[in-house]
Amino acid sequence: MIRVRVDSEKCQGHNRCFNLVPELFDLDDLGYSHERNDGAVPPELEEKARLAVANCPEHAISLEDLKEA
Amino acid sequence: MTTEPVNDWTTDYDIFDPDYIKNPLPVWDELRQGCPVAHSRRWGGSWMPTRYEDLFNIARDVQHFSSRNVLVAPAGPAAAGAGYEVPAAFQVGAPPITSDPPVHTWARRLLLGPFSIRSISRWEPETRQLCRSLIDGFIDQGRADAAAGYAQQIPPRVIASMLGIPGDMADTFTGWVRGFLEFGLTDADIRGEAAGAIFSFLRECIEDRKQRPGDDMISYLLASEVNGRPVPEPHVLGTCFLLLVAGIDTTWSSIGSALWHLAQHPDDRARLVKEPELMPVAVEELLRAYSPVTMARVVTEDLEYAGCQMSAGDRVLMSFPAANRDPAKFPDADKVVIDRAENPHIAFGVGIHRCAGSNLARMEMRVSIQEWLARIPDYHLEDPAAVTWAGGQVRGPRSMPVVFP
Repeated sequence: MIRVRVDSEKCQGHNRCFNLVPELFDLDDLGYSHERNDGAVPPELEEKARLAVANCPEHAISLEDLKEA
Repeated sequence: MTTEPVNDWTTDYDIFDPDYIKNPLPVWDELRQGCPVAHSRRWGGSWMPTRYEDLFNIARDVQHFSSRNVLVAPAGPAAAGAGYEVPAAFQVGAPPITSDPPVHTWARRLLLGPFSIRSISRWEPETRQLCRSLIDGFIDQGRADAAAGYAQQIPPRVIASMLGIPGDMADTFTGWVRGFLEFGLTDADIRGEAAGAIFSFLRECIEDRKQRPGDDMISYLLASEVNGRPVPEPHVLGTCFLLLVAGIDTTWSSIGSALWHLAQHPDDRARLVKEPELMPVAVEELLRAYSPVTMARVVTEDLEYAGCQMSAGDRVLMSFPAANRDPAKFPDADKVVIDRAENPHIAFGVGIHRCAGSNLARMEMRVSIQEWLARIPDYHLEDPAAVTWAGGQVRGPRSMPVVFP
């Protein structure tokens, strides 16, 4: 099981993650992103979660592997 | 406009060189491999980083690189002294794009709500209808100017609606904005005249909305508060100036470049027709490959960056378009990979000045390309050499005759 995290200090509201995987991210009224469901990533969305990390120009998104943690 | 030929791009670049405007890619590749932060004394003097890493670092270092002047060529003395009324709003600039923290923080917050994805979705049906009626106007002729007759027509009408201004002002807006950002970049008289016209017009709009508030951005800004007080009126004027100037050339250039690319790549066209769900990813790739906007920053104190001795007051050209073509960041950076999966491009900038209108721009690009391909899936440039380009602050095609069956 992996978990996704949005660093709200780094997020500038590009909305790339939300556009890619709205199942994992939501936006506040100003367009800043946060993770849904406390960041839980179902196995079928793991690849998309990695894409959200790779597409964020602010390096605001990270993944943690709950098994390792 | 005439420019002296450039012999050494690392020490004497000219962003208004006609060949560079037409195709800047070879210059960026050369600079990235060698220099990689170029310098030039032309057009008021400036530095120009070209690597993704450098643009990323400088854009995020707002303490050392101020946004107080973001134009790529400095305003000449004529703008202030040629008999134009210099609006008081020039003192606040065009917030938040010309602001640094702390003003930037609240000035930007004002815009983020109305420009969020959800707010912008309100304008999608109108944008789609606009695209359809533009296409209706030329589809029977078998030819069109995809830049002047289509791309250029879309953003000014949408921003007019957002400001609560009749759409028939759109051509006037286009003329003013080209005067300010395109022809006026190298001619301070033209720039001053365009800025004066925009400010006078907006001031009238503000007076009108004070009497008759409506459901529009000007009324919204007038009704907004900062620290418990109404937003100062010069600030409202400056922000309206920004909305008008920043939302027109930029997006129409992106739409035009996208249609220019697709005109020459039938495989990409066919794929987008067959796989419409690919469109959002394709839009990001077209934004990366044909990023239209270069901004500027002002160095706030003497410093060394990447071996360059920069002095307080020096200007830095933020060549986001060059960063997005950096092979150190993007595999096959020189190719348009229409389904590129990993694409952290910075066409909208990076850091606190991320383009506040990015959701509007994306929506307009997506809708305008969808509607074009739905009606005109097969088309090509009438004469590739006849396409004209503008560059400097905003790069994109200005005339692009295409033909279709």
